[in-house]
Amino acid sequence: MKLLNPFKREKTFSHGGIHPLEHKSSTADRPIRRLGFAPRLAVPLAQHKGPPARPVVKVGQEVVRGEPIAVADGHLSVSMHAPATGRVAAIELWPSAAGPKESAIVIDVYQAASQEVLFDHPVDVLELSPQAIVEAVKDAGLVGLGGGVFPSHVKLVPPEGRRIETLIVNGCECEPYLTCDHRVMLEQTEALLRGIRIVLRATGAARAVIGIEDNKPDAIAHLRSALRADDAIGVQAVETKYPQGAERMLIESLTGRQVPGGGLPADLGVAVYNVGTLAQMGELLPQGRGLIERVVTVSGPGAEHPGNYLVPIGTPVSFILRQLGATGYVTEVVLGGPMMGMSIASLDVPVTKGVSGVIIYRAKDEEQGRQRVYPCIKCSRCVEACPMHLNPSLLAQLAHKREYERMASDHALDQCFECGCCAYVCPSNIPLTQYFRIAKAINRERPALVS
Amino acid sequence: MNMFESKPVEIRAAPHLKRPQAVDEIMRNVVYALLPVVAFSVWLFGISVLALVLTTTVVAMATERLFSHLSGQGNTLGDWSVVITGILLALTLPPGFPLWMAAVAAFIAVGLGKSLFGGLGFNVMNPALVGRAFVQAAFPVAITTWTPAFAPGRFTEFIPSTLAMPFMKPPPVDEWIDGLGMDGFTGATPLALQKFEQITLDVGDLFLGGVAGSAGETSALIILLGGLYLAYRRMLDWRIPFGVMAGAALVATPLWLMDGQAYPSPLFIWFSGGLMLGAWFMASDMVASPVTAKGALLYGALIGVLTVVIRLFGGLPEGVMYAILLANAASPLIASFTQPKAYGTQRRPKGET
Repeated sequence: MKLLNPFKREKTFSHGGIHPLEHKSSTADRPIRRLGFAPRLAVPLAQHKGPPARPVVKVGQEVVRGEPIAVADGHLSVSMHAPATGRVAAIELWPSAAGPKESAIVIDVYQAASQEVLFDHPVDVLELSPQAIVEAVKDAGLVGLGGGVFPSHVKLVPPEGRRIETLIVNGCECEPYLTCDHRVMLEQTEALLRGIRIVLRATGAARAVIGIEDNKPDAIAHLRSALRADDAIGVQAVETKYPQGAERMLIESLTGRQVPGGGLPADLGVAVYNVGTLAQMGELLPQGRGLIERVVTVSGPGAEHPGNYLVPIGTPVSFILRQLGATGYVTEVVLGGPMMGMSIASLDVPVTKGVSGVIIYRAKDEEQGRQRVYPCIKCSRCVEACPMHLNPSLLAQLAHKREYERMASDHALDQCFECGCCAYVCPSNIPLTQYFRIAKAINRERPALVS
Repeated sequence: MNMFESKPVEIRAAPHLKRPQAVDEIMRNVVYALLPVVAFSVWLFGISVLALVLTTTVVAMATERLFSHLSGQGNTLGDWSVVITGILLALTLPPGFPLWMAAVAAFIAVGLGKSLFGGLGFNVMNPALVGRAFVQAAFPVAITTWTPAFAPGRFTEFIPSTLAMPFMKPPPVDEWIDGLGMDGFTGATPLALQKFEQITLDVGDLFLGGVAGSAGETSALIILLGGLYLAYRRMLDWRIPFGVMAGAALVATPLWLMDGQAYPSPLFIWFSGGLMLGAWFMASDMVASPVTAKGALLYGALIGVLTVVIRLFGGLPEGVMYAILLANAASPLIASFTQPKAYGTQRRPKGET
């Protein structure tokens, strides 16, 4: 289609965005394979946005795969389940992707165990009441698997006075290298559609739209063919442009409307779920199971066996590297995609619910960073690239002057979601996104000063 | 088995990808785009222009090196921006401009126009034009002494004024021009002919070049090609030259339609004098122009309008330099009311400079 009409453009957001090299071909065609169990798993208690889960197991206790090991602590928290059969070795501080050590339940896996999931409570989900679905989603430990890790059940219940009219299903996967959502759409289609129907029932939304970047025509065609005639579900291609898969970008692309600053998607009557989250929902809820594994794209210039792997939650990155190998001296490992993911300081950091990718860089790939930093030449590329239509050049000048409060009060710093477009395009190699991350962190520390 | 556990791991802030085009590459490409303009000028005016370009470029680089050393910035020649300033400055000067005056202009351009503000990225105005404005005031005769293109022997001998001794009055070139035996050369640029003698040259000649004028402002075609190359590579904001030309046409067209005898056509306005060079290579100086799309258009249009107003109603035949300098000064103001409106907000952020 593109060839016949090069001017045809799919729907997209109104401003900014970038087109980095996609790097998806090395993994997009590889079916999901299962990774083995590491001898020791570490399940952090805070893998979601919100209060950490409360452990319900003791050190030394034996746990069976799928057994709840921590329960939600309040409405914004979710449960955790044992990713493998074994013994709780410790509940202690463990390295996290963010840097500081965080509490985790450490499980020594029984290598000889059958690793069967024995915690089943099969139910007919589509017969459950909306409230029961919300509870079931919370008990399953579901969070946004695209990387946002916001508890899924919270979005099922819009704030007072709001109603979810449209469910937006995010199959964009705009980050370079990542193809796990692509594979999920192709291989876990039934579970995905079941998950969509569950959310439609729980929210009472009239319809669902699956937004997919037009670089995945096979997924678009496959999902269209899998839909039943009576489904209130549509598939909509959107332009391949980073950060198409950001919640607020996709909402604008599909509805033409912008989420008000400081507001929620529910203000526009929409809720956005990632395809991976919904596929897990459609898989787990009918069986009454919890989230114990996820699909992870292992890729990057240093990956010896790039591909998509079903990885138990809590698997240390070092185990993945050992199993799948690297093609050189590994110097940097990024969890998530290369645009928004975090470099980890320790290879003991485990795969958590929000980890969509493990991107491996070697010493010789260093040229990606560490270039000379020049002064800002006001070239305006960052202004053109910012999907939130901010002025990164000006924000950076204020950051230099340490006027962090004014960045927020006068220049909408809080609208920045750190997509990285500005730093990607900056010819002066200024780490703009990092400036804004720091400014926001400092403003959070002293909220009283920001009006 | 421990090979992955004991080795150090790099930590870097996202994003981990980088578009491969840095400042030095952009600046180097602007230099490449200017080289055909220089070459054409040397072909027209001979070795005097070559000496002029070399002088301003070398002095500009030396000045940059001196000030970057004094300010502790280290060697900043590697960003190539000062080379642009040197070449551009030469292209705004008359071909026979005395070299010692050109050296003064280059020193002022980089020293006063750029380094005192803090170097690359901090200059308020286009440095080359700051230098040009200085010598316009300091050496009013030399800066308006024009020599003919295609002078015989231009590749073997300098224009006499080129080699004037420092602080000496340059020898008059009238006799030298008479000795060339080139009939019809009046020592006036197309703009001056039009303004003061109501003689309008053919637009086609202006477009292709080969008329009297500053070293680099004669062939609109070559400037356009270089500019389009930069715009294509996204190293130049097309909105600025577009705005300049639109702004110029906006003022010139109604006047020309009202009285085609007294006022020149918009095409003449576009292709005469320094408008093309100014629009594509000076107004588009990223540092001194607004960063928003709307701001860039407005800023360009302001330059176009001011240029035509100065040309047609001011005391000077040419107005591009002052138009750009004024618009540079107005750039923060333009930026302040063209700030982007953030996603999901109705309020436009406050202006800031």
